[in-house]
Amino acid sequence: MVAGGQFRPMKILIAVTEVAEVEDDFEIEGLGVAEQYLDYDLNEWDDYAIEEGVQLQEAGEDVEVVSVTIGPERSEETIRMGLAKGVDRAIRVWDDALEEREELGVETKADVLAAVVEDEAPDLVLTGVQSNDDAFGATGVALAEEIGFEWAAVVNTLDLDPGGSVASVHRELEGGVEELTDVELPAVLTIQTGINEPRYASLRGIRQAQSKEIAPKSLGDLGLDESVTESPITLTQLYEPETESDATVFEGSPDEEADQLADLLRETGVVEG
Amino acid sequence: MTVLAIAEHRRGELRDVSFELATAGRDLADATDGDLHLAVIGGAVEAFVDRLDREGVDVIHTIDEGEEFNHDVYVQAVEALYDEVEPDTLLMPNSVNGLDYAPAVANRLSLPLVTDAIDIEHDGGLAVTREKYGWPPAEGTDDTEVRAFDADIDESAVRSAVTGFQEVGGGDVDISEAEVLVSVGRGIEDEENIALIEALAETLDATLSSSRPIVDNGWLPKNRQVGQSGKQVTPEVYIAIGISGAVQHVAGMKGAETIVAINTDSNAPIYDLADYGIVDDLFEVVPALIEEFGGEPPEV
Repeated sequence: MVAGGQFRPMKILIAVTEVAEVEDDFEIEGLGVAEQYLDYDLNEWDDYAIEEGVQLQEAGEDVEVVSVTIGPERSEETIRMGLAKGVDRAIRVWDDALEEREELGVETKADVLAAVVEDEAPDLVLTGVQSNDDAFGATGVALAEEIGFEWAAVVNTLDLDPGGSVASVHRELEGGVEELTDVELPAVLTIQTGINEPRYASLRGIRQAQSKEIAPKSLGDLGLDESVTESPITLTQLYEPETESDATVFEGSPDEEADQLADLLRETGVVEG
Repeated sequence: MTVLAIAEHRRGELRDVSFELATAGRDLADATDGDLHLAVIGGAVEAFVDRLDREGVDVIHTIDEGEEFNHDVYVQAVEALYDEVEPDTLLMPNSVNGLDYAPAVANRLSLPLVTDAIDIEHDGGLAVTREKYGWPPAEGTDDTEVRAFDADIDESAVRSAVTGFQEVGGGDVDISEAEVLVSVGRGIEDEENIALIEALAETLDATLSSSRPIVDNGWLPKNRQVGQSGKQVTPEVYIAIGISGAVQHVAGMKGAETIVAINTDSNAPIYDLADYGIVDDLFEVVPALIEEFGGEPPEV
């Protein structure tokens, strides 16, 4: 922080989602994995987005950080994780019409989040690059287009003076190359893992989170109706890909296994000894 | 059906995903006796056209606008081309840049979007699932129609600017040059245990690399990362230790000559690719292997 620096108030909205994690052994029931094999957690990418938002808040003087989640009551557990790490308040959107869908399409999520952006008027929206479970990787950019914000996808370095009007970012491209880009605010940035080191919530933070607001919103509250849940995409089948391993597996005790592998490595001629 | 596929380039080079898109687009167009249109937006358009001009491509559209990728330009250009060509299906690369503009294009045109498509079947609608690679070997034909297209880009809508590129840091080790790579993944559990894998690499006179989580945790520098966002490697021997083999990792190492996996989970996808495997605890196997080659395993 620059001594004597002038900060304008800033509002950061972080879109976070609860994700389902599947146990190693599982069964598919219809179009989904059977409920008993699922555990729910905060989306890994969103954890980095929360950390980035909270760091901006700590660097500024008047920065409000609000999280928004589309999810059932169960997801309040993961929403509280963000509140315990420093998010000021949260919004949770849910509705019978959303509950009825097998999965929510990109356009549905973008429309719902766009309505929240309209209410909150943030300067910056952060969200994870993708979710662990659906891994669609499209909500952030679709949202930006919907609300007329500029955007950058797959951001792994963010340089922004709180209250500033341009974010300087690195976008992580393929092959170990980063693109350096200046993005005008207001903007949506999708945050890549590794951009920071997400903190653990302190006991004090966890205690404070209990009294922070999680505002429930229905589609009606946001001025939307059921038509927003309609999607031209239908999930028709979910299956586990067949594994086709033809690896030669060395067997025995660890010493015996290592011995066989050592012989193989010597045979290749690239390892000596 | 008419298919429009958007080529990808970066820093003056056409990227291979462009050919994968063209292959998928040709298959899709063939299913309905339709046409395949390709588009090149920005960069060295003439040179890219030479490479893309292969049998099976009906029309190539060129939009000579800017050097590098800019999503504000791409969204406008694709929208304008969509109105011009009126395709039934738009194909865009599932790359970092593709994911930076395809969702915006879909949203603006109110089209359904599927990302990470690995197979596309025409069944009246589209059934999207599984993977296809590569371009069928074909000679350049020179008879593809090339049309320069004026997308009438609104510069005031361009609100982001690329200011440069940089290679990831971590010193001058180049894992893509290594003959033998010892690669470590999430199975190593703790930062201090990395020393065990370092000792193996040293004993074998090999180079140490890793999967993404190790770099995200800050346990190894970024230039050690193998995979889609890291380096592509093609060593003689690749020893994957505690690496499950997610598709992003496999994309970076599938070209290795011999692949060895050490992983307790026999169902891990790395075994689909491995030539040899040890399904056992790395904390027992790796010290034994170090001793086999006369090294001294560190206490971890």
